[in-house]
Amino acid sequence: MNFLSEALWVLLLGSLLGFELIGKVPPTLHTPLMSGANAISGITILAALTLIIKAADNQALLIIGSISLGFALFNVIGGFLVTDRMLRMFSRKSSKKKGN
Amino acid sequence: MNVTEIIKYAIDLLAVLLLALGIKGLSKVRSAKDANRLAAIAMGFAVLGVLFDSLGGTGISINSWLWILLGVLFGGVLGAVTAQKVPMTSMPEIVALFNGCGGMSSLLVAIGVALFPISGNSTEFNNQLVQGLSIVVSVFVGSITFTGSIVAMAKLQGWLSTPSWTQNKIRHLFNISFAVFSLVAAINILSIGVGDGINLWMLVIGSALLGIGVTLPIGGADMPVVISLLNSYSGVAAAAAGFVVRSQLLIVAGAMVGAAGLILTQVMCKGMNRSLTSVLFGGALGASSSLKSSNSEYENITSCSVEECALTLEAAERVIIVPGYGLAVAQAQHTLREVSRALENNGIEVNYAIHPVAGRMPGHMNVLLAEADVPYEQLKEMDVINQDFPATDVVLVLGANDVVNPQAKNDSSSPLYGMPVLDVQEARTVFVIKRGMSAGYSGIKNDLFDLPNTSMVFGDAKKVLGDLLLELKELGLGGKS
Repeated sequence: MNFLSEALWVLLLGSLLGFELIGKVPPTLHTPLMSGANAISGITILAALTLIIKAADNQALLIIGSISLGFALFNVIGGFLVTDRMLRMFSRKSSKKKGN
Repeated sequence: MNVTEIIKYAIDLLAVLLLALGIKGLSKVRSAKDANRLAAIAMGFAVLGVLFDSLGGTGISINSWLWILLGVLFGGVLGAVTAQKVPMTSMPEIVALFNGCGGMSSLLVAIGVALFPISGNSTEFNNQLVQGLSIVVSVFVGSITFTGSIVAMAKLQGWLSTPSWTQNKIRHLFNISFAVFSLVAAINILSIGVGDGINLWMLVIGSALLGIGVTLPIGGADMPVVISLLNSYSGVAAAAAGFVVRSQLLIVAGAMVGAAGLILTQVMCKGMNRSLTSVLFGGALGASSSLKSSNSEYENITSCSVEECALTLEAAERVIIVPGYGLAVAQAQHTLREVSRALENNGIEVNYAIHPVAGRMPGHMNVLLAEADVPYEQLKEMDVINQDFPATDVVLVLGANDVVNPQAKNDSSSPLYGMPVLDVQEARTVFVIKRGMSAGYSGIKNDLFDLPNTSMVFGDAKKVLGDLLLELKELGLGGKS
């Protein structure tokens, strides 16, 4: 099988999985879920990394790749941390000491 | 298949499995926190897989490492700092910002590959059309995601208002021409290749303008839906980037997020009783209505002092608090918590009515109140609590407006008509704490304020609640907590 047909299967099954994964979501979790899924969509770090690694000595490609990696990582790290911050507030005990 | 490849596949599969479990877990209250960490770990594995594969294959040059390090420092540090610094009230904006950056990343990858074909890979691309198509999709969706998210963020921050000309039908003409412009550029890329890149830049600009043109007319109340939809787009952009660099892991993850984001968008639309098409093409709720409903003025406004409010509360047995965006803006959640503690200490039953779209994002109020230590059990969803209003003595409406507007039930000519609302007017007394008589985000007059059992307490939510707390303590409620 060549890459294309494999990739199309992967695309199809991935989409179906995504549709099935979240059925009923309590409104409380809408924001964290959106934020978490948003962090996952930063998975383009893989594309950026691949670009940098395969760029060899092409300086322009290295720079584009690096900027792209920066943007994606901003999304990933920021996204997961912000989601964690939100979700930590739902666990009552640990947030006692906080409050401004 | 050699050992390196097998290990690489194993890592990838593990990453996909963990990602799927992560998304699933995020939709349950109990498992959400761990699920988020699981997804983060999965992301780590995915990166490991790419590095491992390259090290086992062609290797990674020092030069590449240098640029990787640079990108990691730049994005990682900035992301970590932003995530810690941003106040909880600006959560929707920050999600929009992160999302836009994800779209930008996919866009850059596609531009890079289009302008400088990757050396090691190019011979395998037997199908030029597929490569061209994936670049086109990645650029198109990535660009829309970026500009759309930035506009959404700017509007939520209040940096951008909704220009009145965007409510005109002409905007459709603009957007259609941007779309056609992008389409022509895309067809050129597919038929004659990227060439000197002029078509590529045309596509970038065309889709960027389209992203702005589509998002700009959308009213603030609909913004959560738009952000969720843009989040879905960034998944699609990632999947397209996966086709560009031939990474199956990227395709699966992108497709999952794209599909899950779409479902979430649908769920949110349902909460507002709006269809996705009316959100996207209907324009802002208020702007269209302000023209015809400007004749109706408030006739019967009762305003009252904090003291009266405190006295009524003291005599109450059951109190329901309706929080809204104003509460978030005023940062009054902690003061509110103290007020409700004082009431509870006096044996008064306090509950919170959470409208699905209160605030600027679904779940916004839950996050806010959780920060102030409000017990989860006291947060009641709309369907549950609507039956309780007739048996309630006092309702405190704090910075909420459109979600308590009875027009949505009674007035079929109202733009809000059909949106599920909280039936606060059924309660004996309603206090609306509000800064002034300005309309809610939709710009629509609220009939609730005119009702005889409604009293307005004017002032900043935090200030009013602070005064209320003092008054309650003077009445002997709460004492030390």
